[in-house]
Amino acid sequence: MKSVHHRRIASLARHFRMEEGGSIAFSPTSATASSFAHVKQAPEDAILGVTVAYNKDPSPVKVNLGVGAYRTEEGKPLVLNVVRKAEEQLLADRARNKEYLGITGIPQFNKLSAELILGRDSPAIAQGRVITAQCLSGTGSLRVGGEFLATHYSGPKVIYVPSPTWGNHLKIFPLAGLETRTYRYYNPKTRGLDYEGMIEDLRAAPNGAVVLLHACAHNPTGVDLTQEEWEGLRKVIRNDKQQLPFFDSAYQGFASGSLDTDAFAVRRFVNDGGETFIAQSYAKNMGLYGERVGALSIVVRDPSVAARVESQLKLVIRPMYSSPPTYGAAIVSTILSNPALYDEWKVELKAMADRIISMRHQLFDALKARKTPGDWTHILNQIGMFTFTGLNKQQVEYMTKEYHIYMTMDGRISMAGLSSRTVPQLADAIHSAVVKFSS
Amino acid sequence: MAATSSSAVSALGSAAVRWTSRCIFALADNRCTWTFVPQRQLSGLTSAGVSGQKVVSTTSFVKRQFSGLRGAAFPGQKVVSTPLFVKSNSRTTMTLAAGVSKFEAVTMAPPDPILGVSEAFRADTSDAKLNLGVGAYRTEELQPLVLNVVKKAEKKMLESGENKEYLPIEGLAAFNKATAELLLGADSPAIKEGRVATVQGLSGTGSLRLGAAFIQRYFPGAKVLISSPTWGNHKNIFNDAGVPWSEYRYFEPKTVGLDFEGMMADIKDAPSGSFILLHGCAHNPTGIDPTPEQWEKIADLIEEKGHMAFFDVAYQGFASGSLDQDADSVRLFVKRGLEILVAQSYSKNLGLYAERIGAINAVVHSSDVAVRVKSQLKRLARPMYSNPPVHGAKIVANVVGDAALFDEWRAEMEMMAGRIKTVRQRLYDDLSTKDKSGKDWSFVLKQIGMFSFTGLNRAQSDNMSDKWHVYMTKDGRISLAGLSLAKCSYLADAIIDSYYNVQ
Repeated sequence: MKSVHHRRIASLARHFRMEEGGSIAFSPTSATASSFAHVKQAPEDAILGVTVAYNKDPSPVKVNLGVGAYRTEEGKPLVLNVVRKAEEQLLADRARNKEYLGITGIPQFNKLSAELILGRDSPAIAQGRVITAQCLSGTGSLRVGGEFLATHYSGPKVIYVPSPTWGNHLKIFPLAGLETRTYRYYNPKTRGLDYEGMIEDLRAAPNGAVVLLHACAHNPTGVDLTQEEWEGLRKVIRNDKQQLPFFDSAYQGFASGSLDTDAFAVRRFVNDGGETFIAQSYAKNMGLYGERVGALSIVVRDPSVAARVESQLKLVIRPMYSSPPTYGAAIVSTILSNPALYDEWKVELKAMADRIISMRHQLFDALKARKTPGDWTHILNQIGMFTFTGLNKQQVEYMTKEYHIYMTMDGRISMAGLSSRTVPQLADAIHSAVVKFSS
Repeated sequence: MAATSSSAVSALGSAAVRWTSRCIFALADNRCTWTFVPQRQLSGLTSAGVSGQKVVSTTSFVKRQFSGLRGAAFPGQKVVSTPLFVKSNSRTTMTLAAGVSKFEAVTMAPPDPILGVSEAFRADTSDAKLNLGVGAYRTEELQPLVLNVVKKAEKKMLESGENKEYLPIEGLAAFNKATAELLLGADSPAIKEGRVATVQGLSGTGSLRLGAAFIQRYFPGAKVLISSPTWGNHKNIFNDAGVPWSEYRYFEPKTVGLDFEGMMADIKDAPSGSFILLHGCAHNPTGIDPTPEQWEKIADLIEEKGHMAFFDVAYQGFASGSLDQDADSVRLFVKRGLEILVAQSYSKNLGLYAERIGAINAVVHSSDVAVRVKSQLKRLARPMYSNPPVHGAKIVANVVGDAALFDEWRAEMEMMAGRIKTVRQRLYDDLSTKDKSGKDWSFVLKQIGMFSFTGLNRAQSDNMSDKWHVYMTKDGRISLAGLSLAKCSYLADAIIDSYYNVQ
């Protein structure tokens, strides 16, 4: 039981601070409570936090299969040759300066991005029905699109996202002002698409709702629709429900190795004349991750609407960051506008996609060789950077602790982070986890 | 392509009954949205498909309306014939298919008041044109400038072959360290004690937006006070972040100076716990800064009222030419032990405009609080753009982190600020010489930084562009960074003409 004198001295002492050398100084900050005292510690981001944890691990055999960033066979980050060439070109160009871009970014970049996703011969582009704004990679494009819809969409301010989806979708859209709901997508039993569930949920959703669609290489499951399934979905969305499709295209070229093949779904929707939103990212397919390069394209029914929509889009962007960063978009423009560089890019892109496909085969073979319990064919069937392993939280935690495998808690692994050298270690980890904690 | 009866009508669905001057029909496969159904095909549609509705007929009234649209508007498609009417609930209504844009009601937004000036300037074909709109530094030859230190840094970066991996959400660590030290001084106790939370942001705008979003979430209902006038985008930022704002008096037109009493009274009147947006130096648009004594009084009042200062530091180095001197106001508050928010931009002082590099800083009472605040700032950035762009951050880190480059930057900074001071002097001289009325133009010399608030009103500013091809913002602000010595005489003529001959 502390005496009143003790308490009094303790209270006084809080207003003082010991200096070096033992003297006491009045501390201007210690007397008053912080105005931020009520601010709590936020948890690490679920995906980016994996890299934080990985970095902390001193183990020499650690493997980072968390964030979707491509690694070479040597486990190193990759800057594409064609990107380096573009950078050298930009640096040598004496006419270049760093003046503010317009609010919607580099016009040539916008034009080329629209052509990349919609096709150079797209009728929508020819008819002047496509507005494109350079934005900060996929995230920025989704956020700007979402905020625009929350303000200007005449339909219900609701967006449906697949279950599961990239975790950040569930944060972006609510903050943008859209009520966010889910539709069934992944069937854990088949480790494939729950097509009936998806259609049922979208039919039950309001007419005119916004529907988020992964253009290809669904993140995190790697489960994509077949062309027939895309057509069935399109009919429901367009004809039955007049819903607004919002495509997230982060892996064009990465799924199949072909830019055109991977744009099939987006083009099918746009070519039916309906309105469409598209968020594009160059983070993965051009390896421009940290440069934050992407584009939001809005396809409307009417060219005169296009001009008005563009003007209002600027009002969303200006109070967010005024205008986008130039460097990454200038790299993309340089590559896409130069036929030789464009071809070179396609080759490098295919090589990345092929290496990932070969990792799928290697992992599958390694698990088969170990006679790991379970059906692992989904590793071969899933598309793009990620595999949704089907491993549960307990198994994942075990793999991290015992085998230094870093991945997200939902069982997703980035195949882009694997190499021939690390496949055996991963296979051992999966085998051990599955045997120890049979699900 | 043409409609077949029931499939066309069923494609119409039960949606949308609205008259517009352009009627759109979706045909069976939804492809040809702009082609009208030919009259002769209508008969096949009678009493078809759409539940509870009947095809009635077309009217001559409508025929007249549509004749003008024949062959119009939409490339590759033609108006063929008159439209379809469907009677519903005994009201004749126009049925259209799922063919109306969901954005039809979107109105044309006006061009941005600042960035729109550059657009107008670009459109002007006159040889005499002068762009004094946006605050972007120009050389005496009126060319944009990429600083030598920036070119050196970029060359170094390309040669070192660094990768382009995602930065962490809070940005480049080396940049965050450098920017906090630049702002507060490398020996700042606040930094040493870990009491500064720094998150890389998208230049000034993006950093202000993060700060605003933080206020909205953690100080719900708190108001921000912004100066009257202030940079035009401030109110948009707080509006979009959902933070209420009001103005404090700042500019006194009679003296073309600071309305200090008004400013203090308005800050005093604000509810306790308000945020006061202060320009660290080189106030935009007026160029009028409080004196050191006035800053002390402002700090006193803010402390007394339990408000929090939110500094916008976009011109550190550009006001006086000295990076340290220009940070005095911010450092004063920190020395007093006050908690503050600070948004920084490297657009102007490092000429990195389009690279979008800046930072949001919170200087708080303890390192514990700093860690928590930083974590929550990250949580706001992630759903906005995930992580910030790397290029500009690396340039800043390279320049500030290298002693030789840093000194070279200081010199380039002094050169830029020096050129603006020289131009101010010449403009003042020309105005004083040419204006025989004896008006006091000395505010041109007293105002600080890139801008001068001329006192020209809207009509006079319009005269500047219409008659003289001098582009400026309509609040009377001119950017001296866009003025050359060679053009001072012409500008003086324009200002004098607008001031005296236009009301």
